[in-house]
Amino acid sequence: MAVIEVKNLSKNYGEVEALKSISFEVNQNEIFGLIGPDGAGKSTLIRILNSLILADKGEVSVMGKDPNKQYQYIRNHIGYMPGRFSLYEDLSVKENLEFFATIFGTTIKKSYNLIKDIYQQIEPFNDRKAGALSGGMKQKLALCAALIHYPKVLFLDEPTTGVDPVSRKEFWQIIKGLHQHNITIIVSTPYMDEADLCDRVALMNEGEILRIDTPQNVANSFDKPLYALEAKEGNYKLIKALRAYSFLDSVFPFGEKLHYTDKRENDIKAELKKHLTEEGFSDISIEKIASNTEDVFIRLMNNQKQ
Amino acid sequence: MNSEKIIETTKLTKAFGSFKAVNEITFDVKKGEIFGFLGANGAGKSTAMKMLTGLLSPTSGEATVAGFDVFTQQEKIKKNIGYMSQKFSLYDDLSLLENIKFFGGIYGLSKEQLNERGTAMIERLGLADVSHKLLKEVPLGWKQKIAFSVATLHQPKIVFLDEPTGGVDPITRRQFWEMIYEAADNGTTVFVTTHYMDEAEYCNRISMMVDGRIAGYGSPKELKADFKTENMDEVFVKIARGENYKLQ
Repeated sequence: MAVIEVKNLSKNYGEVEALKSISFEVNQNEIFGLIGPDGAGKSTLIRILNSLILADKGEVSVMGKDPNKQYQYIRNHIGYMPGRFSLYEDLSVKENLEFFATIFGTTIKKSYNLIKDIYQQIEPFNDRKAGALSGGMKQKLALCAALIHYPKVLFLDEPTTGVDPVSRKEFWQIIKGLHQHNITIIVSTPYMDEADLCDRVALMNEGEILRIDTPQNVANSFDKPLYALEAKEGNYKLIKALRAYSFLDSVFPFGEKLHYTDKRENDIKAELKKHLTEEGFSDISIEKIASNTEDVFIRLMNNQKQ
Repeated sequence: MNSEKIIETTKLTKAFGSFKAVNEITFDVKKGEIFGFLGANGAGKSTAMKMLTGLLSPTSGEATVAGFDVFTQQEKIKKNIGYMSQKFSLYDDLSLLENIKFFGGIYGLSKEQLNERGTAMIERLGLADVSHKLLKEVPLGWKQKIAFSVATLHQPKIVFLDEPTGGVDPITRRQFWEMIYEAADNGTTVFVTTHYMDEAEYCNRISMMVDGRIAGYGSPKELKADFKTENMDEVFVKIARGENYKLQ
């Protein structure tokens, strides 16, 4: 059974359409990713599901309840870690956890089994004020607080934004670890590569869901042959030359290479190499490659604009 | 890019009490280079950047930025660099053109220069039709381009970009990098921090800080070869957590 069901959900802020009639479902025990940049509507969506703000239109059900009417049930059974650190900076690590445990009528001891892997990493700093913790430790504390009442559904709003790549990987290990406790997790992120760590993802942009599927299916859904290009003269010169090429479909830098699509459907490697050589490029490498989430996202964004 | 050094540091250190936030870092950045300044959270990047931009006095060591000493010529440094951060500080209630003129004026450009460069900039960005819109009315991607252009309006030798692309969509992020390439092509040195490892690969050279020290330094190709891996993500993991680190 779906834990979350959303049908034709819309939300406006004045003239800004934050969510434009979106529909999706999240299944029991899934890690469901909301992938998209700032302004996609990720936080608005999470807050509606959380019962913190009201939708304008559409139907929403969370654990079978309506966030509009049965918000008390929902609030007792979800965990929420907002994008901005929102625990009490003047309370210590332990005091913060005890405070949230008390609010939910439980104790740290009762929840210890669930939070222990995370809590053990900050327990040595039990008496330190939350405001004096490093970014990584604050994040772990906030996650413990969100889990203190054994929620059935956990909402993580951009937990890895502004976090360095190693700490991001470590945080995802923690998320994966929670899986075994039968918790459904909805996590938002602007980092496209994190899509691969979810069971299913919704790619979001400007209030719309561009695609929902497993990360593998999303990455494989690119509709054209994709090539990785490189030349000795460097990416900037190569991009400029390709923009002037009449068969260009799209070109974007990806790490040390360029990702390129052509208007022609046949294998264009030899022809393109000849053209670039004539344009004065050397050490040209053209390779047909598999697409990733970011390639697909860019493609869908362009389609959305047209 | 040539071999003229725009930034040069020798054992640059900043201590807060007994804690060395930046611990004897030595590196250089060359004219026209795109230099990526990477590191884990809390590794000392921000402290180092504050010293290089004249906002914080070092404890010991040596460093020059655009030819000026970070100990004694901080005001001169500020006038000769550009700076843009993710939370760029443009004014929401001013129009695009007003923002440009305001910040250009602060950097001491004359009225003629402001009109000339401001108009040229707006046209180059393709924003001539909307130059009188308030900043708060335009999309994030435009704001970002304006912020970058404002940071380079006084034609500094070097521009510091502190996580300029955080939270931005993948197309706008790449358009932004094209502006960086263009600036570097015109001889402006670009000093940039980012958490996107694909962006690290857009840099000519990078340094990676761990616990206040520079633990990796070179071109992305060199670093990948040194750490025997195909991508910068793994280079980062190995430098930040040690060669034998494995995620559980």
